[in-house]
Amino acid sequence: MLDLSKYESLGAALRDALKQWPEEVCLIEADRDREKARLTYRQFDESARPLAAALQARGFKAGDRAAIIMTNQSKWLISAYAVFYAGGVLVPLDYKLTPKEQLALLVHSRASVLITEYPIWRALIQTEEFDKRRIDFAVVTEAPAAADLGGAIRWEEFRADREPDFVPRRRSDWACIVYSSGTGGRPKGCVMTHENYLEQCAMFPALYPVAPGDVYLSILPTNHAIDFMLGFFYQFVSGGTVVHLRTLRPEYVREAFAKYKVTHVTLVPLILKNLQKGFEARFDALPPRKRRALDFLIGVNKRFTRGRARLGLSRRLLPQVHEAFGGKLRAIIVGGAFTEPRTLQFFYDLGVPVANAYGLTEACMGISVNDLKPFRADTVGKLLPRVEVRIVNPGGDEIGEVAVRSRTVMSHYLDDPELTAETIVDGWLMTGDLGRLDKAGHLQLFGRKKNMIVTIEGKNIYPEDIESAFEGLPVKEFCVFAANYIWPKHSMVGEQLVMALHPETGRALDEALHAEMAARNQRLLNYKRISGYIVWEKDFPRTASMKIKRVELAEQIRECLDRQSVKAL
Amino acid sequence: MRTIEQTTGEILDLAAQHFKVPRASLSPQDDFFKKLGIDSLQALEMLTRLENHFGIELPDFEMQGVSDFRTLASRIQARL
Repeated sequence: MLDLSKYESLGAALRDALKQWPEEVCLIEADRDREKARLTYRQFDESARPLAAALQARGFKAGDRAAIIMTNQSKWLISAYAVFYAGGVLVPLDYKLTPKEQLALLVHSRASVLITEYPIWRALIQTEEFDKRRIDFAVVTEAPAAADLGGAIRWEEFRADREPDFVPRRRSDWACIVYSSGTGGRPKGCVMTHENYLEQCAMFPALYPVAPGDVYLSILPTNHAIDFMLGFFYQFVSGGTVVHLRTLRPEYVREAFAKYKVTHVTLVPLILKNLQKGFEARFDALPPRKRRALDFLIGVNKRFTRGRARLGLSRRLLPQVHEAFGGKLRAIIVGGAFTEPRTLQFFYDLGVPVANAYGLTEACMGISVNDLKPFRADTVGKLLPRVEVRIVNPGGDEIGEVAVRSRTVMSHYLDDPELTAETIVDGWLMTGDLGRLDKAGHLQLFGRKKNMIVTIEGKNIYPEDIESAFEGLPVKEFCVFAANYIWPKHSMVGEQLVMALHPETGRALDEALHAEMAARNQRLLNYKRISGYIVWEKDFPRTASMKIKRVELAEQIRECLDRQSVKAL
Repeated sequence: MRTIEQTTGEILDLAAQHFKVPRASLSPQDDFFKKLGIDSLQALEMLTRLENHFGIELPDFEMQGVSDFRTLASRIQARL
């Protein structure tokens, strides 16, 4: 890997990486079982420089913000590099958000340039709220020849013949604005500096080294902090190869492991569980004699890998399992959400090196990861180098709020000093997660202090953001909560949202109201839906500016009602 | 050319077969996540089967926000 201590910015490090390994493949783009593009580091550089030049020709300068809304594909990374080359600030937005949500974040970020795919652009410009004047220009990939682009420029034709000027940035300059949530009410735009990324990246080689010839399978969205770091920056400055798979379909994910001889991958628990189901189904279909032999070999593997992972031995003992992963896999990092220990244990027992990790967008990405020395299914691993964790206000069980201090912690939330001050206290990032550090230095998580949930797909859902979907509901007032926020529970699985509902005076919660709530709930993306509601007959406590005092309301509800009071929606 | 009703009917047939539930228990307005108790990856698995059946390709993002059979049918119909 490049010595990142020598670099001031992502752009400078990437520029050298592209020169360092010109003939190595840096990027493979695959869609289903088809390979759509394969680029060496030299070809990547040749694709990005004319784009950087075109941005500059249009007046894009240091500190200007460019948003990218794209699925995982080569043009995402090429565009990002061009933005960094020109000294810009990247705003990676989630392509899975609704057009309305994307527009709100575009406006909030004050991006002057948008780089996106044609279907996404088409949906954006058809949205009522779309206002072309908000951005200077849009660049659109893969538009059909006859398509009306609504004033946008074709990415494939967005080229300038002159050499672009490399614009140096300092470590303290902004590199990205990454939205950790806040699509509905209060956008949380984490302002990340070049220092944050350079420091984070330098933490990985000691644990999971990458070198030319290694292959990282990228299936998480590149806008996500995990994939941006592990599926782009870390691989590139290490000379590795990234395989971008443009689909999450389990059958193609499984195929990709073997086809590309993947060495590293990061998964969210949902995908890991799906892989587990696939293996379990295969094991269950074995004739009894073969099944007994398999169980015996798994037992032998367990015995020899108790203290540490022994990949060579595991591959020899259970070749079919390891061949299904391509035979070269060295690490599955699992993060983004809580993973059930039995799922982690299932893979580790098969000799698959699965490492549970913990992180936050606000901390650039990673805080802790399991080093498999020994494997622990019940923790999120040891702290990454140069990361400090303090447990704030621990109880008798030593569980308290996890606070983090590191050079990877974001600069601030964009345009929100109040929220920044609540989140970063005396240099410590208050994570809102409840945890404990054990004697071996492993971090264990037990639940959340903050009013939010994280889905098994790794999505952070803030109740406030859901409320806009219910605006105008014919009730006196309502408020959405994470159920575990009202009724604290030391658990991070099966987190749910509930609504507290105060009906209009004299109006019972009738069928029509129930039906309307259900219909509105249905219009939300499935992972954002509330699971039920409680009826609360008293006025909600409010501040002088009439904002709901959520902490107080949750306390009042907790005193009077229990979880059994929640009616399913 | 199929009608939207035919497309919807074929989707329901395939979903019932794929997830091993009685065909009669499924109707076009059903939320398939809830009704079939499936997650987003299982929904994508179903989509691959539907693609093979109808001879089309539907990018993953077309499934974004789709949770009932009727809307799914209209997305498929648009590509037939």
